[in-house]
Amino acid sequence: MPVQHHVDVRSGDQLVLVGTTKGAFILRANPRRTEWAVAGPYFPGRAIYALALDNRRGRHRLWAAVNSPYWGSYLSSSDDYGRTWTEPAAYTVKFPEATETALKQIWQIVPGAAGQDDTLYCGVEPAALFRSDDAGESWSLVQGLFDHPHRPKWMPGGGGLCLHTILPHPSDPRRVHVAISSGGHYRTDDGGATWAARNAGVRAQFLPPENRYPEFGQCVHKLASHPSAPHRMFLQNHWGLYRSDDHGDSWTDIANGVPSDFGFAMVSDPNHADTVYIIPIESDEFRCTPEGKLRVYKTTNGGASWAPLTRGLPQEQAFETVLRDGLAADRQTPTGLYFGTRTGALYGSADAGDSWTEIAGRLPPVVCVKTATV
Amino acid sequence: MITVHVSGFLTDFTSGERTIALGGSPGNVSEALEQLWTRHVGLRDRVVTERGQVRPHVGIFVNADHIRHRDELHTPVQDGDEITILPAISGG
Repeated sequence: MPVQHHVDVRSGDQLVLVGTTKGAFILRANPRRTEWAVAGPYFPGRAIYALALDNRRGRHRLWAAVNSPYWGSYLSSSDDYGRTWTEPAAYTVKFPEATETALKQIWQIVPGAAGQDDTLYCGVEPAALFRSDDAGESWSLVQGLFDHPHRPKWMPGGGGLCLHTILPHPSDPRRVHVAISSGGHYRTDDGGATWAARNAGVRAQFLPPENRYPEFGQCVHKLASHPSAPHRMFLQNHWGLYRSDDHGDSWTDIANGVPSDFGFAMVSDPNHADTVYIIPIESDEFRCTPEGKLRVYKTTNGGASWAPLTRGLPQEQAFETVLRDGLAADRQTPTGLYFGTRTGALYGSADAGDSWTEIAGRLPPVVCVKTATV
Repeated sequence: MITVHVSGFLTDFTSGERTIALGGSPGNVSEALEQLWTRHVGLRDRVVTERGQVRPHVGIFVNADHIRHRDELHTPVQDGDEITILPAISGG
Protein backbone atom coordinates (compact mmCIF):
# COMPACT_ATOMS: atom_id res chain seq x y z
CA MET A 1 0.00 0.00 0.00
CA PRO A 2 1.23 3.54 -0.69
CA VAL A 3 2.80 5.68 2.01
CA GLN A 4 0.15 7.91 3.50
CA HIS A 5 0.82 11.58 4.21
CA HIS A 6 -1.14 13.74 6.62
CA VAL A 7 -1.64 17.46 7.07
CA ASP A 8 -1.78 19.43 10.30
CA VAL A 9 -4.93 21.48 10.20
CA ARG A 10 -5.34 24.80 12.03
CA SER A 11 -8.31 27.04 12.57
CA GLY A 12 -8.87 29.24 9.55
CA ASP A 13 -7.26 26.83 7.13
CA GLN A 14 -8.84 26.17 3.77
CA LEU A 15 -9.31 22.53 2.86
CA VAL A 16 -10.03 20.98 -0.49
CA LEU A 17 -11.31 17.42 -0.31
CA VAL A 18 -10.59 15.40 -3.42
CA GLY A 19 -12.15 12.05 -4.20
CA THR A 20 -10.63 9.92 -6.92
CA THR A 21 -11.19 6.48 -8.33
CA LYS A 22 -8.20 5.33 -6.27
CA GLY A 23 -8.70 7.03 -2.95
CA ALA A 24 -9.18 10.38 -1.21
CA PHE A 25 -6.81 13.31 -0.74
CA ILE A 26 -7.01 16.31 1.56
CA LEU A 27 -5.33 19.53 0.50
CA ARG A 28 -4.68 22.25 3.05
CA ALA A 29 -3.70 25.90 2.68
CA ASN A 30 -3.89 29.03 4.75
CA PRO A 31 -6.62 31.56 3.80
CA ARG A 32 -4.34 33.16 1.19
CA ARG A 33 -4.40 29.80 -0.61
CA THR A 34 -0.99 30.15 -2.18
CA GLU A 35 0.72 26.95 -1.01
CA TRP A 36 -0.98 23.62 -0.67
CA ALA A 37 0.00 20.57 1.33
CA VAL A 38 -1.41 17.28 0.11
CA ALA A 39 -2.48 14.44 2.42
CA GLY A 40 -3.46 10.93 1.42
CA PRO A 41 -4.12 8.73 -0.32
CA TYR A 42 -6.82 7.61 2.08
CA PHE A 43 -8.66 4.39 1.21
CA PRO A 44 -6.14 3.50 -1.53
CA GLY A 45 -7.77 1.52 -4.28
CA ARG A 46 -11.30 2.57 -3.34
CA ALA A 47 -13.37 5.01 -5.38
CA ILE A 48 -14.41 8.02 -3.30
CA TYR A 49 -17.36 9.70 -4.99
CA ALA A 50 -18.51 11.79 -2.01
CA LEU A 51 -16.73 13.76 0.70
CA ALA A 52 -17.99 16.32 3.21
CA LEU A 53 -16.95 18.13 6.36
CA ASP A 54 -19.53 18.40 9.11
CA ASN A 55 -18.35 21.23 11.35
CA ARG A 56 -21.62 21.88 13.15
CA ARG A 57 -22.09 21.60 16.93
CA GLY A 58 -18.35 21.70 17.49
CA ARG A 59 -17.70 18.69 15.30
CA HIS A 60 -14.91 18.59 12.77
CA ARG A 61 -15.91 15.33 11.16
CA LEU A 62 -14.94 14.36 7.66
CA TRP A 63 -17.22 11.96 5.83
CA ALA A 64 -16.19 9.77 2.93
CA ALA A 65 -18.27 7.48 0.75
CA VAL A 66 -16.01 4.49 0.24
CA ASN A 67 -16.82 2.37 -2.78
CA SER A 68 -15.12 -0.94 -3.44
CA PRO A 69 -15.92 -3.24 -6.34
CA TYR A 70 -15.36 -6.14 -3.96
CA TRP A 71 -16.67 -5.11 -0.57
CA GLY A 72 -19.51 -2.72 -1.36
CA SER A 73 -20.16 0.89 -0.46
CA TYR A 74 -20.18 2.43 3.00
CA LEU A 75 -19.65 5.64 4.94
CA SER A 76 -16.50 6.25 6.91
CA SER A 77 -15.73 9.26 9.09
CA SER A 78 -12.66 10.91 10.56
CA ASP A 79 -12.50 13.26 13.53
CA ASP A 80 -8.80 14.04 13.06
CA TYR A 81 -8.71 15.30 9.48
CA GLY A 82 -7.89 11.96 7.97
CA ARG A 83 -5.27 10.48 10.29
CA THR A 84 -7.74 7.79 11.31
CA TRP A 85 -11.01 6.70 9.72
CA THR A 86 -13.80 4.54 11.01
CA GLU A 87 -14.24 1.09 9.52
CA PRO A 88 -17.72 0.19 10.74
CA ALA A 89 -18.41 -3.46 11.47
CA ALA A 90 -21.87 -3.10 9.96
CA TYR A 91 -22.59 -0.70 7.14
CA THR A 92 -25.01 2.06 8.07
CA VAL A 93 -26.59 2.93 4.72
CA LYS A 94 -28.75 -0.01 3.70
CA PHE A 95 -32.05 -0.46 1.96
CA PRO A 96 -34.78 -1.90 4.20
CA GLU A 97 -35.62 -5.53 3.55
CA ALA A 98 -39.09 -4.72 2.22
CA THR A 99 -37.62 -2.75 -0.67
CA GLU A 100 -35.91 -5.87 -2.08
CA THR A 101 -33.16 -3.49 -3.17
CA ALA A 102 -29.44 -3.52 -2.50
CA LEU A 103 -27.15 -0.50 -2.31
CA LYS A 104 -24.78 -0.21 -5.23
CA GLN A 105 -22.91 3.01 -4.53
CA ILE A 106 -23.03 6.12 -2.37
CA TRP A 107 -22.83 9.26 -4.51
CA GLN A 108 -23.34 12.21 -2.20
CA ILE A 109 -23.19 13.33 1.44
CA VAL A 110 -24.70 16.70 2.39
CA PRO A 111 -25.38 18.34 5.76
CA GLY A 112 -28.97 19.35 6.44
CA ALA A 113 -30.30 22.89 6.49
CA ALA A 114 -29.67 25.47 9.19
CA GLY A 115 -31.34 24.42 12.41
CA GLN A 116 -30.97 20.74 11.49
CA ASP A 117 -27.55 20.49 13.00
CA ASP A 118 -27.55 16.71 13.34
CA THR A 119 -29.12 16.01 9.96
CA LEU A 120 -27.22 14.62 7.02
CA TYR A 121 -28.47 13.46 3.65
CA CYS A 122 -26.97 10.79 1.48
CA GLY A 123 -27.74 10.15 -2.20
CA VAL A 124 -27.19 6.67 -3.56
CA GLU A 125 -27.44 4.29 -6.49
CA PRO A 126 -29.96 2.86 -7.24
CA ALA A 127 -31.50 6.30 -6.99
CA ALA A 128 -32.69 6.92 -3.46
CA LEU A 129 -32.23 9.36 -0.61
CA PHE A 130 -31.18 8.45 2.91
CA ARG A 131 -31.35 10.69 5.95
CA SER A 132 -29.64 10.69 9.32
CA ASP A 133 -30.84 12.78 12.26
CA ASP A 134 -28.13 11.69 14.67
CA ALA A 135 -25.09 13.13 12.90
CA GLY A 136 -24.52 10.02 10.81
CA GLU A 137 -24.77 7.30 13.44
CA SER A 138 -27.82 5.76 11.78
CA TRP A 139 -29.55 6.25 8.44
CA SER A 140 -33.07 5.74 7.13
CA LEU A 141 -34.41 5.52 3.61
CA VAL A 142 -36.58 8.50 2.67
CA GLN A 143 -39.54 6.34 1.86
CA GLY A 144 -41.61 9.08 0.24
CA LEU A 145 -39.17 9.40 -2.64
CA PHE A 146 -38.55 5.67 -2.90
CA ASP A 147 -42.30 5.08 -3.21
CA HIS A 148 -42.73 7.72 -5.92
CA PRO A 149 -44.74 6.26 -8.81
CA HIS A 150 -42.16 7.60 -11.28
CA ARG A 151 -39.34 5.56 -9.78
CA PRO A 152 -39.86 2.36 -11.83
CA LYS A 153 -39.55 4.49 -14.98
CA TRP A 154 -36.29 6.19 -14.08
CA MET A 155 -33.47 5.03 -16.32
CA PRO A 156 -29.75 4.83 -15.57
CA GLY A 157 -27.50 7.49 -17.06
CA GLY A 158 -23.92 6.84 -18.10
CA GLY A 159 -22.83 6.67 -14.47
CA GLY A 160 -25.71 4.51 -13.35
CA LEU A 161 -29.13 5.28 -11.88
CA CYS A 162 -27.94 7.60 -9.17
CA LEU A 163 -29.25 10.34 -6.91
CA HIS A 164 -26.21 12.58 -7.10
CA THR A 165 -27.26 16.05 -5.94
CA ILE A 166 -29.04 17.15 -2.78
CA LEU A 167 -29.89 20.78 -2.08
CA PRO A 168 -31.61 21.38 1.25
CA HIS A 169 -33.37 24.74 1.38
CA PRO A 170 -31.21 27.04 3.54
CA SER A 171 -33.99 28.05 5.94
CA ASP A 172 -36.99 25.81 5.32
CA PRO A 173 -36.20 22.31 6.58
CA ARG A 174 -39.29 20.93 4.85
CA ARG A 175 -37.97 21.77 1.39
CA VAL A 176 -35.25 19.71 -0.28
CA HIS A 177 -34.25 19.41 -3.94
CA VAL A 178 -32.66 16.31 -5.42
CA ALA A 179 -31.38 15.45 -8.89
CA ILE A 180 -31.42 11.99 -10.39
CA SER A 181 -29.78 10.68 -13.54
CA SER A 182 -31.99 9.93 -15.36
CA GLY A 183 -35.06 10.87 -13.44
CA GLY A 184 -34.80 14.63 -13.29
CA HIS A 185 -35.23 17.20 -10.56
CA TYR A 186 -37.60 16.47 -7.67
CA ARG A 187 -38.61 18.65 -4.74
CA THR A 188 -40.28 17.99 -1.45
CA ASP A 189 -42.06 20.75 0.46
CA ASP A 190 -43.12 18.60 3.39
CA GLY A 191 -39.92 17.18 4.77
CA GLY A 192 -39.70 14.23 2.40
CA ALA A 193 -43.17 12.71 2.75
CA THR A 194 -44.11 13.63 -0.82
CA TRP A 195 -42.07 14.66 -3.84
CA ALA A 196 -42.94 16.22 -7.18
CA ALA A 197 -41.00 16.28 -10.45
CA ARG A 198 -40.05 19.87 -11.28
CA ASN A 199 -38.63 19.79 -14.79
CA ALA A 200 -40.88 22.11 -16.84
CA GLY A 201 -38.80 23.54 -19.66
CA VAL A 202 -35.90 21.10 -19.32
CA ARG A 203 -35.35 19.09 -22.47
CA ALA A 204 -34.48 15.45 -22.83
CA GLN A 205 -32.43 15.44 -26.02
CA PHE A 206 -32.33 11.66 -26.10
CA LEU A 207 -36.13 11.32 -26.48
CA PRO A 208 -38.18 11.60 -29.69
CA PRO A 209 -38.91 15.24 -30.74
CA GLU A 210 -42.56 15.07 -29.69
CA ASN A 211 -41.53 14.09 -26.16
CA ARG A 212 -38.45 16.26 -25.62
CA TYR A 213 -39.96 18.02 -22.60
CA PRO A 214 -41.38 15.26 -20.40
CA GLU A 215 -42.60 15.66 -16.84
CA PHE A 216 -39.63 13.59 -15.66
CA GLY A 217 -36.86 11.42 -17.05
CA GLN A 218 -34.37 14.19 -17.83
CA CYS A 219 -30.73 13.45 -17.20
CA VAL A 220 -29.95 16.29 -14.83
CA HIS A 221 -26.21 16.44 -14.21
CA LYS A 222 -26.06 19.12 -11.50
CA LEU A 223 -28.15 21.65 -9.59
CA ALA A 224 -26.88 24.78 -7.87
CA SER A 225 -28.36 27.67 -5.95
CA HIS A 226 -27.23 30.36 -3.55
CA PRO A 227 -28.39 30.38 0.09
CA SER A 228 -29.39 34.05 -0.09
CA ALA A 229 -31.62 33.44 -3.12
CA PRO A 230 -32.92 29.87 -2.87
CA HIS A 231 -35.77 30.57 -5.28
CA ARG A 232 -33.17 31.03 -8.02
CA MET A 233 -31.69 27.77 -9.17
CA PHE A 234 -29.34 26.71 -11.92
CA LEU A 235 -29.27 23.38 -13.70
CA GLN A 236 -26.66 21.73 -15.89
CA ASN A 237 -28.45 19.14 -17.93
CA HIS A 238 -27.35 16.39 -20.26
CA TRP A 239 -27.67 18.97 -23.05
CA GLY A 240 -29.12 22.16 -21.68
CA LEU A 241 -28.25 24.92 -19.26
CA TYR A 242 -31.12 26.38 -17.27
CA ARG A 243 -32.23 28.83 -14.61
CA SER A 244 -35.33 28.80 -12.47
CA ASP A 245 -36.66 31.78 -10.52
CA ASP A 246 -39.44 29.85 -8.82
CA HIS A 247 -37.73 27.11 -6.78
CA GLY A 248 -37.52 24.87 -9.82
CA ASP A 249 -41.17 24.97 -10.84
CA SER A 250 -40.14 26.16 -14.31
CA TRP A 251 -36.84 26.48 -16.14
CA THR A 252 -35.50 28.85 -18.80
CA ASP A 253 -32.65 28.17 -21.20
CA ILE A 254 -29.58 30.27 -20.35
CA ALA A 255 -27.01 28.75 -22.71
CA ASN A 256 -26.08 32.23 -23.92
CA GLY A 257 -22.68 32.16 -25.51
CA VAL A 258 -21.27 28.91 -24.17
CA PRO A 259 -19.43 26.63 -26.62
CA SER A 260 -21.64 23.70 -25.60
CA ASP A 261 -24.64 23.36 -23.34
CA PHE A 262 -23.58 19.83 -22.49
CA GLY A 263 -21.57 19.44 -19.32
CA PHE A 264 -21.51 18.03 -15.84
CA ALA A 265 -20.06 20.39 -13.26
CA MET A 266 -21.75 23.53 -11.98
CA VAL A 267 -21.22 25.56 -8.83
CA SER A 268 -22.71 28.72 -7.40
CA ASP A 269 -20.40 31.44 -6.07
CA PRO A 270 -20.90 31.67 -2.28
CA ASN A 271 -20.15 35.40 -2.42
CA HIS A 272 -22.49 36.35 -5.28
CA ALA A 273 -25.98 34.95 -5.81
CA ASP A 274 -26.02 35.53 -9.57
CA THR A 275 -22.56 34.17 -10.23
CA VAL A 276 -22.25 30.58 -11.40
CA TYR A 277 -19.41 28.58 -12.90
CA ILE A 278 -19.61 25.68 -15.34
CA ILE A 279 -17.17 23.65 -17.43
CA PRO A 280 -18.74 22.92 -20.84
CA ILE A 281 -18.09 19.56 -22.46
CA GLU A 282 -18.27 19.14 -26.21
CA SER A 283 -20.93 16.45 -26.47
CA ASP A 284 -22.34 13.37 -24.84
CA GLU A 285 -20.42 11.25 -27.35
CA PHE A 286 -17.01 12.94 -27.11
CA ARG A 287 -17.26 14.13 -23.50
CA CYS A 288 -14.15 16.30 -23.63
CA THR A 289 -13.59 20.03 -23.41
CA PRO A 290 -14.52 21.79 -26.69
CA GLU A 291 -11.76 22.72 -29.14
CA GLY A 292 -9.12 21.17 -26.90
CA LYS A 293 -9.35 24.16 -24.54
CA LEU A 294 -9.85 23.77 -20.83
CA ARG A 295 -12.19 26.64 -19.98
CA VAL A 296 -14.35 27.44 -17.01
CA TYR A 297 -17.31 29.62 -17.95
CA LYS A 298 -18.64 32.23 -15.55
CA THR A 299 -21.82 34.22 -15.46
CA THR A 300 -22.25 37.16 -13.12
CA ASN A 301 -25.78 37.98 -14.24
CA GLY A 302 -27.71 34.81 -13.66
CA GLY A 303 -26.95 33.32 -17.04
CA ALA A 304 -27.75 36.29 -19.30
CA SER A 305 -24.18 35.98 -20.55
CA TRP A 306 -21.15 33.77 -19.94
CA ALA A 307 -17.45 34.48 -20.29
CA PRO A 308 -14.56 32.02 -20.46
CA LEU A 309 -11.91 31.89 -17.73
CA THR A 310 -8.66 30.69 -19.23
CA ARG A 311 -5.63 32.34 -17.60
CA GLY A 312 -3.39 29.54 -16.37
CA LEU A 313 -5.47 26.78 -17.96
CA PRO A 314 -4.19 24.82 -20.98
CA GLN A 315 -5.68 26.10 -24.22
CA GLU A 316 -4.14 23.67 -26.66
CA GLN A 317 -4.64 19.92 -26.94
CA ALA A 318 -6.49 19.88 -23.63
CA PHE A 319 -9.12 17.21 -24.09
CA GLU A 320 -10.26 16.97 -20.52
CA THR A 321 -13.38 15.81 -18.72
CA VAL A 322 -14.62 17.28 -15.45
CA LEU A 323 -17.40 15.28 -13.85
CA ARG A 324 -20.49 16.45 -11.99
CA ASP A 325 -18.87 16.79 -8.58
CA GLY A 326 -15.49 17.84 -9.92
CA LEU A 327 -15.92 21.62 -9.42
CA ALA A 328 -16.23 23.44 -6.08
CA ALA A 329 -16.04 26.92 -4.60
CA ASP A 330 -14.79 27.98 -1.19
CA ARG A 331 -16.23 30.69 1.07
CA GLN A 332 -13.17 32.91 1.22
CA THR A 333 -12.95 36.40 -0.27
CA PRO A 334 -12.24 36.50 -3.13
CA THR A 335 -13.91 33.22 -3.92
CA GLY A 336 -11.61 30.24 -4.42
CA LEU A 337 -12.45 27.74 -7.14
CA TYR A 338 -11.15 24.21 -7.62
CA PHE A 339 -11.73 21.52 -10.18
CA GLY A 340 -10.30 18.10 -10.91
CA THR A 341 -10.10 16.24 -14.20
CA ARG A 342 -10.40 12.64 -15.24
CA THR A 343 -6.70 12.79 -16.05
CA GLY A 344 -5.88 13.56 -12.41
CA ALA A 345 -5.10 17.26 -12.52
CA LEU A 346 -6.42 19.58 -9.83
CA TYR A 347 -6.62 23.28 -10.70
CA GLY A 348 -7.28 26.12 -8.30
CA SER A 349 -8.03 29.81 -8.43
CA ALA A 350 -7.83 32.19 -5.47
CA ASP A 351 -9.37 35.11 -7.40
CA ALA A 352 -12.81 33.90 -8.47
CA GLY A 353 -11.46 32.33 -11.62
CA ASP A 354 -9.42 35.23 -13.01
CA SER A 355 -6.28 33.09 -12.85
CA TRP A 356 -5.57 29.43 -12.26
CA THR A 357 -2.73 27.23 -11.15
CA GLU A 358 -2.26 23.51 -11.19
CA ILE A 359 -2.32 22.50 -7.52
CA ALA A 360 -1.74 18.81 -8.16
CA GLY A 361 -0.96 17.27 -11.50
CA ARG A 362 -0.84 13.54 -11.20
CA LEU A 363 -3.65 12.33 -9.01
CA PRO A 364 -5.80 9.36 -9.99
CA PRO A 365 -8.93 10.27 -11.98
CA VAL A 366 -10.83 12.89 -9.98
CA VAL A 367 -14.53 12.28 -9.36
CA CYS A 368 -15.24 14.60 -6.42
CA VAL A 369 -13.97 18.00 -5.25
CA LYS A 370 -15.39 19.65 -2.12
CA THR A 371 -14.23 22.54 0.02
CA ALA A 372 -14.27 23.21 3.74
CA THR A 373 -13.09 26.13 5.82
CA VAL A 374 -11.89 25.02 9.23
CA MET B 1 -16.48 -29.40 11.56
CA ILE B 2 -16.50 -26.86 8.70
CA THR B 3 -13.46 -24.67 8.21
CA VAL B 4 -13.68 -21.20 6.69
CA HIS B 5 -10.62 -19.53 5.16
CA VAL B 6 -10.36 -15.75 4.74
CA SER B 7 -7.40 -13.64 3.77
CA GLY B 8 -6.11 -10.13 3.22
CA PHE B 9 -8.50 -7.28 4.01
CA LEU B 10 -11.10 -9.59 5.53
CA THR B 11 -8.79 -10.60 8.36
CA ASP B 12 -9.25 -7.05 9.68
CA PHE B 13 -12.65 -8.28 10.80
CA THR B 14 -11.58 -11.64 12.25
CA SER B 15 -9.01 -10.31 14.71
CA GLY B 16 -6.40 -11.52 12.26
CA GLU B 17 -7.66 -15.11 12.11
CA ARG B 18 -7.28 -16.64 8.67
CA THR B 19 -8.92 -19.93 9.53
CA ILE B 20 -12.17 -20.16 11.45
CA ALA B 21 -13.57 -23.49 12.59
CA LEU B 22 -17.35 -23.63 12.72
CA GLY B 23 -19.13 -25.84 15.22
CA GLY B 24 -22.53 -27.41 14.85
CA SER B 25 -23.56 -28.92 11.60
CA PRO B 26 -24.54 -26.34 9.00
CA GLY B 27 -26.22 -28.01 6.06
CA ASN B 28 -25.26 -25.55 3.37
CA VAL B 29 -23.11 -22.52 2.69
CA SER B 30 -25.79 -20.07 3.77
CA GLU B 31 -26.12 -21.70 7.19
CA ALA B 32 -22.36 -21.80 7.57
CA LEU B 33 -22.04 -18.13 6.71
CA GLU B 34 -24.78 -17.15 9.14
CA GLN B 35 -22.72 -18.79 11.86
CA LEU B 36 -19.63 -16.98 10.61
CA TRP B 37 -21.38 -13.58 10.70
CA THR B 38 -22.35 -14.20 14.31
CA ARG B 39 -18.74 -14.75 15.27
CA HIS B 40 -17.26 -12.02 13.10
CA VAL B 41 -19.93 -9.42 12.47
CA GLY B 42 -17.76 -7.23 10.25
CA LEU B 43 -17.54 -9.89 7.56
CA ARG B 44 -21.19 -9.95 6.64
CA ASP B 45 -21.69 -6.59 4.94
CA ARG B 46 -18.44 -6.94 3.07
CA VAL B 47 -19.17 -10.35 1.62
CA VAL B 48 -22.91 -10.12 0.96
CA THR B 49 -25.35 -7.31 0.23
CA GLU B 50 -28.15 -6.31 2.57
CA ARG B 51 -30.30 -8.73 0.57
CA GLY B 52 -27.94 -11.56 1.48
CA GLN B 53 -26.61 -11.97 -2.04
CA VAL B 54 -22.90 -12.61 -2.47
CA ARG B 55 -21.29 -9.46 -3.85
CA PRO B 56 -20.54 -9.74 -7.58
CA HIS B 57 -16.77 -9.65 -7.21
CA VAL B 58 -16.47 -11.98 -4.25
CA GLY B 59 -15.86 -15.67 -4.78
CA ILE B 60 -16.94 -18.36 -2.34
CA PHE B 61 -15.61 -21.86 -2.78
CA VAL B 62 -16.54 -25.13 -1.14
CA ASN B 63 -13.32 -27.07 -1.28
CA ALA B 64 -12.26 -26.41 -4.91
CA ASP B 65 -15.70 -25.60 -6.31
CA HIS B 66 -17.02 -22.08 -6.83
CA ILE B 67 -20.54 -22.04 -5.41
CA ARG B 68 -21.63 -20.21 -8.58
CA HIS B 69 -21.04 -23.50 -10.41
CA ARG B 70 -22.97 -25.49 -7.86
CA ASP B 71 -26.03 -24.31 -5.98
CA GLU B 72 -24.94 -20.82 -4.89
CA LEU B 73 -25.59 -20.29 -1.19
CA HIS B 74 -27.63 -23.50 -1.08
CA THR B 75 -24.56 -25.53 -1.94
CA PRO B 76 -24.49 -28.33 0.63
CA VAL B 77 -21.60 -28.69 3.04
CA GLN B 78 -20.64 -31.53 5.29
CA ASP B 79 -18.23 -32.31 8.04
CA GLY B 80 -14.65 -31.77 6.88
CA ASP B 81 -15.48 -29.32 4.08
CA GLU B 82 -13.52 -26.12 3.67
CA ILE B 83 -15.11 -22.82 2.61
CA THR B 84 -12.85 -20.16 1.14
CA ILE B 85 -13.89 -16.52 0.62
CA LEU B 86 -11.80 -14.60 -1.93
CA PRO B 87 -12.02 -11.34 -3.83
CA ALA B 88 -12.54 -12.32 -7.45
CA ILE B 89 -9.95 -11.55 -10.08
CA SER B 90 -11.67 -8.80 -12.02
CA GLY B 91 -10.65 -6.51 -14.78
CA GLY B 92 -7.58 -7.17 -16.81
